[in-house]
Amino acid sequence: MMRILDRHKRDRFADFLFKGVSSFFALLIIVLMLFLFVVLAIESAPAIKAFGFKFIYSTDWNPVRASFGALPAIYGTIVLSAIAIVIAVPVSIGIAVFLTEMAPKKIRGPVGAAIELLASIPSIIYGMWGLFVFAPFLSAYVEPFLIENFGFLPLFRGTPLGIGMLPAGFILAIMIIPFISSVIRDVFLMVPPMLKESGYGMGATKFEVIWNIVIPFARSGIMGAVILGLGRALGETMAVTFMIGNSHDLSISLLDPATSISATLANEFTEAVDDIYLSGLVELGLILFAITFVVLALSKLMTMRFAPQKGRGKA
Amino acid sequence: MNDNNNHNDKIIIKGLNFYYGSKQALYNVTIAVKENEVTALIGPSGCGKTTFLRCLNRMHDLYAGNRYEGEIILDNANILDKGLDLIKLRSKIGMVFQKPTPFPMSVFDNIAFGLKLNGISKKSELAALVEKALKDSALWDEIKDRLNESALSLSGGQQQRLCIARAIAVQPDVILMDEPCSALDPVATAKIEDMMTELKRNYTVVIVTHNMQQAARVSEWTGFFMMGEVKEFDKTQKIFTTPSNQMTEDYITGRFG
Ligand SMILES: Nc1ncnc2c1ncn2[C@@H]1O[C@H](COP(=O)(O)OP(=O)(O)O)[C@@H](O)[C@H]1O
Ligand SMILES: [Mg+2]
Repeated sequence: MMRILDRHKRDRFADFLFKGVSSFFALLIIVLMLFLFVVLAIESAPAIKAFGFKFIYSTDWNPVRASFGALPAIYGTIVLSAIAIVIAVPVSIGIAVFLTEMAPKKIRGPVGAAIELLASIPSIIYGMWGLFVFAPFLSAYVEPFLIENFGFLPLFRGTPLGIGMLPAGFILAIMIIPFISSVIRDVFLMVPPMLKESGYGMGATKFEVIWNIVIPFARSGIMGAVILGLGRALGETMAVTFMIGNSHDLSISLLDPATSISATLANEFTEAVDDIYLSGLVELGLILFAITFVVLALSKLMTMRFAPQKGRGKA
Repeated sequence: MNDNNNHNDKIIIKGLNFYYGSKQALYNVTIAVKENEVTALIGPSGCGKTTFLRCLNRMHDLYAGNRYEGEIILDNANILDKGLDLIKLRSKIGMVFQKPTPFPMSVFDNIAFGLKLNGISKKSELAALVEKALKDSALWDEIKDRLNESALSLSGGQQQRLCIARAIAVQPDVILMDEPCSALDPVATAKIEDMMTELKRNYTVVIVTHNMQQAARVSEWTGFFMMGEVKEFDKTQKIFTTPSNQMTEDYITGRFG
């Protein structure tokens, strides 16, 4: 009896210790985030004071005249991420479908591993490859095609340079596809075979089963994968800096050179000699922080809206 | 029991062998499934009941390496023929699984799923057929107010009855059930058994069951499987009162399995 009591005591202490340590680290993360936010806020205070809201809606970015309007960079960040997601998600779903439902067993493993390997390539390599290989290809074939056939849309006007918003979006899509597709593949693998067989048992084709059963069943997982990709796309710097053209001129055309927040930071931090310039760049960082936070929080909320349906009333 | 002689053979299985790759799972199965009656398949775990059931809608074709030999005649045609249209076959043969498998969509869409596959797209027609299927499966009163809810929000028993309703919505010729009550409590099980007695008026039912009393209650014919072979196939009454095979007797009296 005594020994059992002792053991209880000891266990409870270990439990307490474990709880303490893990909550400490969890809290630490939150404190770190707050700290980051505070530092960014303090450092950008001069710029906020000097430009106010104009910083966000002005398109004039001219360090020489100490005029800082961040709209092109903010717009670029959002549009760029949107392009990347719009291209990457369908392709990733396709890859995941191929790997889980179509590919012969023998090649599933190797192809899956190869795709995961793509995720480990440093982003600067993607940037170089994009600039030296992909950009010439785009300017020679893809962009002239777009201009010719879709030039009636303001989105596809201009000169086929091979660098700009769309080319950077392409590269970004290629970079996030490995992440998104491998998460979606894992989610697809969790769809119970019996559920798919129920679909086939009713006389559904493979496409009908995938479209009506597998994808809806996996939707909250797919949302999670998209969030993961979006998080990466919003902050991606090196490859974008290579491909986007780094122009602060705001243009509707996706073929024109543009810029994003992270590309601006990467390009200009070393040149920022005076305090207000530096403060303006930090404010850009603060805005990126805020955008990322809001986007991810919104997507989290959306996944939470999808998720409860799945857990409820299981047999 | 009622007189079974006037029932036709719906499915005739002749000399069926089945292989998972190189592993043979069924040996020379030869039985006839009667139209508009319930045929129960019993036998110890791993004896091939599920394997047999899944031959009847060629479910095994979904996985590489599986192979059939012999004949399964349904409506005068061998469904094991190479060129057979599996989509068409499976839309004529419904299947209900060991666990409820509601699709991740609303109750209504679950039932409408098969109807839409069969080309019915008019809203009013769909609504009428969904209602009929739910009434036929005695689910209508229980869930008529929940048609737009996710099917996953129903209880386990309701989900399983929904799956049966989904299968009969397309009016198949045959309904296959693989231990449909194994995940359910006794009350839900009783409801499903009631349903089965209703079903056989219009459908031919083949049911795998672990539960001997269930086989005795719901079926007219019983097949006893062991190690991939059918050891005995006869009227249920005969199997449960005077089995001719010693192994059958040992099994149903609970001496093994
Ligand atoms: N996918 C499979 N691959 C290989 N062997 C299998 C497979 N499914 C079942 N088997 C084997 O076939 C035999 C019959 O299994 P099954 O039909 O599931 O039995 P029951 O439904 O009667 O319990 C068992 O020996 C089982 O191990
Ligand atoms: Mg089984």
